[in-house]
Amino acid sequence: MQQFFDTRSKPWLVWVGFALVGLSLALLPFALAQVGTTWVRIANYAILYVLLALGLNIVVGFAGLLDLGYIAFYAVGAYTYALLASPQFNLHLPFWVILPIGAAVAAFFGVILGAPTLKLRGDYLAIVTLGFGEIVRIFLNNLSRPVNITNGPQGITGIDPFKLDGFSFGAYESFLGLEVSGPIKYYYLLLAVALGIIVVNMRLQNSRVGRAWEAIREDEIAARAMGIDTRNLKLLAFAMGASFGGVAGGMFSAIQGFISPESFVLVESIMVVCMVVLGGMGNIWGVILGALLLSFVPEILRWTVTPVQEALFGRMLVEPEVIRMLLFGLALVLVMLYRPAGLLPSAVRKRELEEHVV
Amino acid sequence: MDTFLQQLVNGLTAGSVYAVVALGYTMVYGIIQLINFAHGEVVMIGAMVAFTVINLLVPSGLPPLAIVLIGAGCAVPICMLVGYGMERLAYRPLRHAPRLAPLITAIGVSIILQHVALMIWSRNIMAFPQIIPSRTYFVGGAAITSVQIAILAICLGLMASLAILVYRTPLGTAMRATAQNAQVAGLMGIDVNRVIALTFVIGAGLGAVAGVLFGTYYGIAQYTMGAVLGLKAFSAAVLGGIGNIPGAMLGGVLLGLVEALGAGYIGDLTDLCRWGLPLDACAGGGNFILFGSNYQDVFAFVVLILVLVFRPQGLLGERVGDRA
Repeated sequence: MQQFFDTRSKPWLVWVGFALVGLSLALLPFALAQVGTTWVRIANYAILYVLLALGLNIVVGFAGLLDLGYIAFYAVGAYTYALLASPQFNLHLPFWVILPIGAAVAAFFGVILGAPTLKLRGDYLAIVTLGFGEIVRIFLNNLSRPVNITNGPQGITGIDPFKLDGFSFGAYESFLGLEVSGPIKYYYLLLAVALGIIVVNMRLQNSRVGRAWEAIREDEIAARAMGIDTRNLKLLAFAMGASFGGVAGGMFSAIQGFISPESFVLVESIMVVCMVVLGGMGNIWGVILGALLLSFVPEILRWTVTPVQEALFGRMLVEPEVIRMLLFGLALVLVMLYRPAGLLPSAVRKRELEEHVV
Repeated sequence: MDTFLQQLVNGLTAGSVYAVVALGYTMVYGIIQLINFAHGEVVMIGAMVAFTVINLLVPSGLPPLAIVLIGAGCAVPICMLVGYGMERLAYRPLRHAPRLAPLITAIGVSIILQHVALMIWSRNIMAFPQIIPSRTYFVGGAAITSVQIAILAICLGLMASLAILVYRTPLGTAMRATAQNAQVAGLMGIDVNRVIALTFVIGAGLGAVAGVLFGTYYGIAQYTMGAVLGLKAFSAAVLGGIGNIPGAMLGGVLLGLVEALGAGYIGDLTDLCRWGLPLDACAGGGNFILFGSNYQDVFAFVVLILVLVFRPQGLLGERVGDRA
């Protein structure tokens, strides 16, 4: 067995592996659709979380800046898309125009937040970003008066799905005898975007910029002494992370067709932080694992907790939502206590945490 | 002028409660440089426990003041236990870990506490029974209730006793020594672990009282109340200079005032009609308010960001250089 999987003597095995993973990812939505379209949607949201976690990983994992208000950038992207492609202002721009705008607006917000705060030490930065996230949410909630921009707590409805020359991602279609529903189309789009972002992340990590981020994370003063422009590089990390969040937000808006400030609460920020921390800060595959785990856990809980409780006690005592949050909190504490580098630690992070014990 | 005085009174009351909560943040930060993210939840648990006890005791016919005292008397030890527990289980093992590790643990503890509270008390808002007869006094056009006076007095008393504890007792000396240099303090025979645990316990006890006061002032308590209150108190601690005890008191009161005056005047100040802009909405005495008092919760964060940008050491803090 060991012999068979020795990839060094059989390099083609790696490609076989890639092909298998690719094939299963390609067939997954159809398999899920057999169970129910809900599961395709769940898979889509999981990929959205992967996008978010990868974006936050640039900020937290690569550059070592704890951002507790990351969901604000997601919100900015989502609202940019919603305002430019909905009956709210009667604008209906195509998605390939809006998504870059959304990414740019989010990056701009990232710089606005970063510029004054990046000289702060890590823990202060965390709290300020948290405050920033709350400010964005309060504004979204209240910008319905005196001029109605965000429609307040009611949110924006009737957001356009992605459309390309009459090919709508929202519509149901029959293709070569296969039934292709809207969520399945979005699945492939999301998968493509996720792959793109993974590639960007991997290239970033090994680039000059990525190494500079690593140096800043390890020791900022030493990094500055070595001639690294720490301020601009930290700003770049913030802007890049934010723009990824903005793209994910735009896609969320289109898939959902409806957004309200409710979707961008503090808990969501913390959830994305959980994904990055649990999976392994700085390790792309770890972060993806964390995002997938934490997006599927609530669904699994929903399907198991209620029946189990009803069987045991005759009624539901604890809502699955509460159990989910308790598990998240516990996971954060336990991971930090017993596995501070995450489930799949990045090589550098692992070394750093093991040697740092004073 | 009436609005001004009234908002001054309201701001002072809320601010003194912020100050007491901020003390919990600043003491812990001063001694182990940890932002105890879960402190707000301790305050919430204090309010919830006290409200439960008070609601249980109302039918017993005891005098109202005794009921409230018993409620607070139950809340304080429970919160102290929670404070001790989280220091022992979640923070102590990480005392020498990189800085972000205990902060992330603190977020985890905060989520756990909030949802345990949700399991115990459900999502419902708990109301404070109307048992204390509230008398209203008028001072120069501003109304001040007896509850407000009591809150101000209790907060002042707590701050004074804490100041005495920290600056005049052996325990306080040990705390200040540990804050300056834990290793050397240990070599001088101070039981550092005990001092740190006690700091958490005292902070949690103050938080419990603050929770009871806050709940009494606004008349309601809910499992989510800790998060925003905690953030505001943290902003207050930073405003005064984190780690600095008089700073936290000053910061809390100032933040309360900024918030109350801001909420009282922002509507007028951002009313474009008042500035003579020729808008349709202004015709016939209408107004065009850009930001109303519903932005009240933004002030704390704006203050926090402004302080961190322009005077990161806070009003009373000393500038500390980066250490490699």
